[in-house]
Amino acid sequence: MHKIPRTLAVAGLAALASLGTAEAAKTTITIGMQLEPPNLDPTGGAAAAIDEVVYANIFEGLTRFSADGSIRPALAESWDISGDGTVYTFRLRDGVTFHDGTTCDAEDVKFSLDRARAEDSTNAQKALFAGIADVSVIDPLTVQVTLQNPDGAFTTKMAWGDAVIVAPETIGQAATHPVGTGPFRFTNWVKGDRVEIDRNPDYWGEPVALESATFKFISDPTAAFSAMMAGDIDAFPGYPAQETLAQFEADPRFVVIIGSTEGETILSTNNKADLLSDVRVRKAIAHAIDRQAIIDGAMFGFGTPIGTHFAPHNPDYLDLTGLSAHDPDLSRQLLAEAGHGDGLTLRLMLPPPSYARRGGEIVAAQLREVGIETEISNLEWAQWLEQVFRNKDYDLTIVSHTEPSDINIYARPEYYFQYDNPEFQSLMADYAITADPGMRTALAHQLQTIIAEDYVNGYLFQLARTGVADAGINGLWKNAPTQANDLTGVHWSD
Amino acid sequence: MKPTPSLITGAILTVFFLSLAGVSYLWTPFPVEQLDIGRKLQPPGSLFWLGTDHFGRDTASMLMVGARTSIGVAILAVGIGIGIGVPLGLAAAANHGSLFDEVIMRGNDLVFAFPALVIAILITAVFGPSAVNAILAIGIFNIPVFARISRGGALSLWTLDYVLAARVAGKRSFRISVEHILPNIANLLLVQGTIQFSLGILAEAGLSYVGLGAQPPTPSWGRMLADAQTMIYMAPRLAVFPGLAIVLMVLGLNLLGDGLRDHLDPRIRRLRQ
Repeated sequence: MHKIPRTLAVAGLAALASLGTAEAAKTTITIGMQLEPPNLDPTGGAAAAIDEVVYANIFEGLTRFSADGSIRPALAESWDISGDGTVYTFRLRDGVTFHDGTTCDAEDVKFSLDRARAEDSTNAQKALFAGIADVSVIDPLTVQVTLQNPDGAFTTKMAWGDAVIVAPETIGQAATHPVGTGPFRFTNWVKGDRVEIDRNPDYWGEPVALESATFKFISDPTAAFSAMMAGDIDAFPGYPAQETLAQFEADPRFVVIIGSTEGETILSTNNKADLLSDVRVRKAIAHAIDRQAIIDGAMFGFGTPIGTHFAPHNPDYLDLTGLSAHDPDLSRQLLAEAGHGDGLTLRLMLPPPSYARRGGEIVAAQLREVGIETEISNLEWAQWLEQVFRNKDYDLTIVSHTEPSDINIYARPEYYFQYDNPEFQSLMADYAITADPGMRTALAHQLQTIIAEDYVNGYLFQLARTGVADAGINGLWKNAPTQANDLTGVHWSD
Repeated sequence: MKPTPSLITGAILTVFFLSLAGVSYLWTPFPVEQLDIGRKLQPPGSLFWLGTDHFGRDTASMLMVGARTSIGVAILAVGIGIGIGVPLGLAAAANHGSLFDEVIMRGNDLVFAFPALVIAILITAVFGPSAVNAILAIGIFNIPVFARISRGGALSLWTLDYVLAARVAGKRSFRISVEHILPNIANLLLVQGTIQFSLGILAEAGLSYVGLGAQPPTPSWGRMLADAQTMIYMAPRLAVFPGLAIVLMVLGLNLLGDGLRDHLDPRIRRLRQ
């Protein structure tokens, strides 16, 4: 048989391929997601997957995050802040309607905020609304929010997915049939497979380029790889199989998008556990960890080492990795001082994501080097939430905290790592009401330093956002300033 | 008579893996609990015979220690099956037709009716994943297998003259079962034990694959397969080697079991001559 010259074959294939793309640009997109949302009500669930479907697509808040993490007006056209920083007057956009045709006005805003901060609210981030003293309607397009104390971050808080504006008539069915004000309308949810949305023709803002979009749920990394390769998925923003990224990078059909997330991946430590209440033991653990080995081994090099619970891309981040540099000898010495010279055994609970399962094996090996044995248990998410997060029955676990600016969890002694430091708590309270940028930076530095010097948790790395997308797609977010797959700016090139 | 080729092949494969597991107690090319990210995903070569995995562990060493895990779990599970199943079966045969017999055999049917691996998953899900729970789960399903086979074998022996003679001589059922029946069904048990052993290896690999068997850092063939899954396009060998190990081990045991049956069964032996 004669060999067909390779260039000829390639040219033939290219010609065939171009036949397919010669038509007008595509107006539909299929987005891959690793986890399926348990419901679709962002005001009633903590799961990141909810916001990853509905944020900015179906539901909008007074303000919103943009791709670079800055805060932009959304349903509120503009706002005024009173001189003392406690009264926010939001002017709403005119002509905004929910997908069911009803108008979105000041009453809906008051309803949404009051509902979220109510005693019996099931909002997963009630702390966002805790500072609100009163919400009053001035006129249909003006809302006045009075805070108990000045809060420099209030407009940021209102941009969270948990603070979206909902209508009293439709909120009851939001879990299965969300009705918002966004540029896309919910059309269909095939449980266990996909959620479909299509363009909202009555959208108040700039209409979106896409006619419809599908979120497809694929939890298995290998299946995700095959679906991307087969073209069943157009973009996988939170692509789970980092080990295959090199292959996509080499393939001109795809682009690999590497960004940062708000995910501080930490070796969470039960500060109330017998052995771990001793700061020397926690310090020994911190010094036993070689972050770069974990990033290389578990994440195939994607990730930024962190030394505290703060995102490195945040301007207020302080690099404290030096406080817990890899130093096995120091670890052994600290353990000996703490009376564990002949070793100790800790339980390490690992949730399903590969950063935890793979990272856990590496951490276990590194701890073994200094004489800390670990018993590893691999848990499913439901078990992990029950045993570790709610019942605090664990010694160590690895998890990525993907909420933005969430250092405040260290001020909650009942939070699952049970860190109780009054000094930190009072500083946190100050931080929450400080509006002056210089002061905020100073306080943020102080807060980061306290938890790093207390070795509350082992700080491993900032989770990278590794995405894969068809090379023809434009406008996907590179970073993840919040949990979202914002499709408003997405379009195919012609 | 000469051993059949399948008996020889089976014996060689089985002895090979058993000795791999044995040697791993004394020596492995590299320590398996030590990770070295710097040397991850090395191709096979003179230093790492079968290459290294995504954590830089030596695949050959992992396979050796993994053989130990698989074989250990399977042997103990077969042990549970024989230890409980055989006495139950013998007792049932000795009291053939009685209520006792009925209760034991129907109880066995009950356990038998459940899909073994599904229940094993249930047990490990309830009591937590660990090698011990995997042994128990697999072991429980070996009990009815051995109970049935020993009852069936024993029943036909109970009608034979020498058993009758022993009875007339005043021996109790217990002594007859132990002294006359058991030695005569030993062949059956040996063959069935080999087959159950191979099923145990498969079950252990299956449980470890879904994360319910031996927990890390203990290497296990099933978990090596699971770990290799996402890297199958990059480094297919990571899945091929443990997969081959499982296939060859199970094949070897099955050949050995078949061969032993042919070799030990007097009827088949006579046919062949």
